[in-house]
Amino acid sequence: MSEGTSFEEALETLEKSVERLEAGELKMEEALAVFETGIKASRACGQWLEQARKRVQVLIADTEGEFQLDFLDEDESADED
Amino acid sequence: MLDDDLFAETEEAAQPRPLSVSEFTSQIKALLEEGFESCWVMGEISQYTHHGSGHRYFTLKDEDSQLSAVMFKWQSRGLSFEPESGMQVLVYGHVSVYERSGRYQFYAARMQPAGVGELALAFEKLKSRLAAEGLFDEERKRPLPPFPRSVGVVTSPTGAAIRDIVQILRRRAPGIQIILAPARVQGDGAAAEIARAIENLNRYNKVDILIVGRGGGAPEDLWPFNEEIVARAIYTSEKPVISAVGHEIDYSISDYVADYRAPTPSAAAEIVAQEHSALKRRVAELHQRLGSSIEGQLDKLDEALRHLNPRRVLLRARDRLEQNSQYLDERRKDLATAFDWYARTRTEAFRSGITRLDDLSPLKGLARGFSLVEEVESGRLITSSEKLQPGDKVKLRLQHGGAICRVEEIEHE
Repeated sequence: MSEGTSFEEALETLEKSVERLEAGELKMEEALAVFETGIKASRACGQWLEQARKRVQVLIADTEGEFQLDFLDEDESADED
Repeated sequence: MLDDDLFAETEEAAQPRPLSVSEFTSQIKALLEEGFESCWVMGEISQYTHHGSGHRYFTLKDEDSQLSAVMFKWQSRGLSFEPESGMQVLVYGHVSVYERSGRYQFYAARMQPAGVGELALAFEKLKSRLAAEGLFDEERKRPLPPFPRSVGVVTSPTGAAIRDIVQILRRRAPGIQIILAPARVQGDGAAAEIARAIENLNRYNKVDILIVGRGGGAPEDLWPFNEEIVARAIYTSEKPVISAVGHEIDYSISDYVADYRAPTPSAAAEIVAQEHSALKRRVAELHQRLGSSIEGQLDKLDEALRHLNPRRVLLRARDRLEQNSQYLDERRKDLATAFDWYARTRTEAFRSGITRLDDLSPLKGLARGFSLVEEVESGRLITSSEKLQPGDKVKLRLQHGGAICRVEEIEHE
């Protein structure tokens, strides 16, 4: 979840950076700082979107109603490509 | 023979202890239970009562006969449709005796509609009942989450559906996490497993969207997705649900309840991947705009800087000289001051660490041989010979370093 939250935050930061720059009311020094912030946020977003999650997880509910995750044996289910 | 029988009967009658009704009944009961295996019986339901206790009492009949039957609450959990009088059904169970009334009856363990016609009828009946209850209402359908990070899949771990979904998401949206909540998707008890898996994913609370479904199969194999328990689990799911059952042509009750209907499991994965792709395009677009807006600002700076070009300063100054010839002398001397003023103020404004601007810095004016004359003590610029006497010391500022000089002679213009 925290990864996702940080993605949303990064996207919001990126959107705000673009808005502020496009408004064109910043001094050069500020503009450069905003630009840098935006670039960092953009990279964070890109990384999140491209980062591959290699394995499929299986949700297992135990008798107490607690959950654990196991990995799916993907030899059978997901090897074809 | 007749005599023998009579004799035997008389002898039995002579036995001192008669059987109680209970004993006799229990012997019949044992005889019936041992004499009949569990089996399927087909007939039409009549006198159907769904008792408050949860047990269902009814009579199975055909043209010539009737058979009392009961289905207890705990047996009816696997029931895939709501039985009612007039339906043709297949009932699996065993025969026994209800001792209190001395009646034999059929104890049903399973029941299913008999024949495709009955299946279709059960489907339509459930569909219209759930529709009337509002389970299919358009206004309760939720939009797809804007940032699908994690997708929960309810299907068989060994089926084609999970394989297709994984394959498509891996290729099109590798950033999405897939969590499978395994459930059998056909046969007795499958519907309950599907419903539980949906509930589990909601309780686990770490997926953004659910895909519930299975690959294609015979109508009866797809049946669990037409069961009320699955419909209700989808209805109560807090996360949006995509229903993806069978092929394009197959419609199930779950399709109507779900927030989205995908024609196949692959199509469901495509829908999720699209959201992800849209997100990627959005980030790329923002990145692009970020770049072009900073470029724009730099261009504006560049433009502003061009006004600092010494030639422009000269041209502007000459223009003024022509218009105000009476101030010709002062103006000519002001050239250096004007330049310096521009240089100082504009340099302040643009001292923002942009090295590319450095080359055009007005300070480069000094490199072209301009120099500044300042009072030694105050550093104030001297712009007129009228402020000087022979013998005064002045400071000369050059591109590199400076020099303290003595005034030898004054030249007034």
